[in-house]
Amino acid sequence: MSNLTNQKIFTLLKVQYSNMLEYRVEIALWAISGIIPFFMLNIWTNNNLNESINISDVMLSRYFLCAFFVRQFSVVWVVFSFEEDSLMGKVSPYLIQPLNPFLRYFAQHVAEQITRFPFALIIAFIFFILNPETIWIPNLSILFLSIISTFLSFLIQFLIQSIVACLCFWTEKASSIERLLFIPTLFLSGLLAPIVSFPESVKSWIYFTPFPYLIDFPANLLSGNHTNITGGLSMQILWIVLLFPIFKKIWSAGTKKYTAMGS
Amino acid sequence: MNLIRYLKVYTKFLHTSLASELEYKTNILIDLITAILSLLGSIFLLYIFFQNNESIGGWEFKQALIIQGIYTILNGITNTWFNPNLTEIVKHIREGTLDFVLLKPIDSQFFISLKKITPSGFLEIILGFCLLLYCIKINQIKIHLSFLTLSLITIICSICILYSLWFFISTTTIWFVKTWNATEVLRSFLYIGRFPLNSFSFSLRIFFSVFIPIAFITTIPSEVFLGISQTWKILLEVIVAMVFLFTSRKFWLFALKFYSSASS
Repeated sequence: MSNLTNQKIFTLLKVQYSNMLEYRVEIALWAISGIIPFFMLNIWTNNNLNESINISDVMLSRYFLCAFFVRQFSVVWVVFSFEEDSLMGKVSPYLIQPLNPFLRYFAQHVAEQITRFPFALIIAFIFFILNPETIWIPNLSILFLSIISTFLSFLIQFLIQSIVACLCFWTEKASSIERLLFIPTLFLSGLLAPIVSFPESVKSWIYFTPFPYLIDFPANLLSGNHTNITGGLSMQILWIVLLFPIFKKIWSAGTKKYTAMGS
Repeated sequence: MNLIRYLKVYTKFLHTSLASELEYKTNILIDLITAILSLLGSIFLLYIFFQNNESIGGWEFKQALIIQGIYTILNGITNTWFNPNLTEIVKHIREGTLDFVLLKPIDSQFFISLKKITPSGFLEIILGFCLLLYCIKINQIKIHLSFLTLSLITIICSICILYSLWFFISTTTIWFVKTWNATEVLRSFLYIGRFPLNSFSFSLRIFFSVFIPIAFITTIPSEVFLGISQTWKILLEVIVAMVFLFTSRKFWLFALKFYSSASS
């Protein structure tokens, strides 16, 4: 039984990886489009804005570099794929297969991350050449933990988007809901400004939302900035545990509601 | 004569695309909330920047809001016209439907650039204008005729530059075919238009005024608003806009020579 699952996962990954390799230029471009954190870093250090939040230039540079990395490996677009597939009627053949279609999308995302890895490394390399003082080597356990927390962040976003994607069963354009959800993700996740810099009134409630755990927490962890490791990881797991049953419920409700083209 | 014909065609475009977009009414409501949240988010970010600082790159908070307003208007224009149409070029080329466009007795660039419209972008334009009006009030800007014409000229130039950039990137798909994400790169670069050019380091400032003139797009109109812009900057923007429009047109015609339809 477990052998079969392993085989399924392996095949899915292999297929999607070769699929992704065809689109190398596109993935490279996508990697480049994620450089907004570096522009933000430029504003922060160029205007000495970081003095007031007690983070040195070097630490802030590392933070934004890590934020870039975390973002690179937690980008999710499942809702757009699913919307297209469901509008085109491609979901029907997927539903017949003894495999949840979302596993297919999941493999697609993981394969894309593997393809993206070298490009992200190149960008980091260029960053280090331009800012040699920021080079640091995180110790192995921290590296390991931050990879896990990046993956957990990816899982949270994947689950949220999958829930939104399931709304396609009821409304045709679920992607506009995703675009709406993307706004708080963009501004509150720490991609543009570290959460430490947020005003107290926001900081008091933000840690109860999933947003800080998407980018701020893994980036702080990896860059060696101050953060609560156990607290962060447990909040990430808590959100996954909360979101997963919602996804299962909405998925089973949606598939019951689903009527194929022409029926 | 020709102009009237094109206007007539354009009203048809408007009619058909509005009719199809209004099918999704809840979508428009969601887009409205998105636009408002997005503006609030940017103001929140600016607020963080100005929390402990009086000015950034020589711009005070209430002045930086003008840039935000102009950015919002331009972003609305991008979402209404440029984004829906110019991402379509990729599709046309991939599926070989560009043939049908080229065969029509109408200019292909006109057809491709204006065929569709996404009405939800209007909301952003309106939001941007409201923010600008508010800025005029808090910055105590006096409105007179020359101020209005100058700001109108610079904003129109910004729109031209923006359009040319989008069109330029989209045109490259004739060679590369699979560049859906090229527009995303442009989008992320345009993001810095939310901030005054002076807040960036010298090298980035050069990059964003020489290679990708994003700096011109929002900073110069905002300076005109504040009445601190030098005449040479405005002239420069007009020239840059004309050069961009002209080259994008030439580039399109040049690229078409390399277009081989789907089966050839």
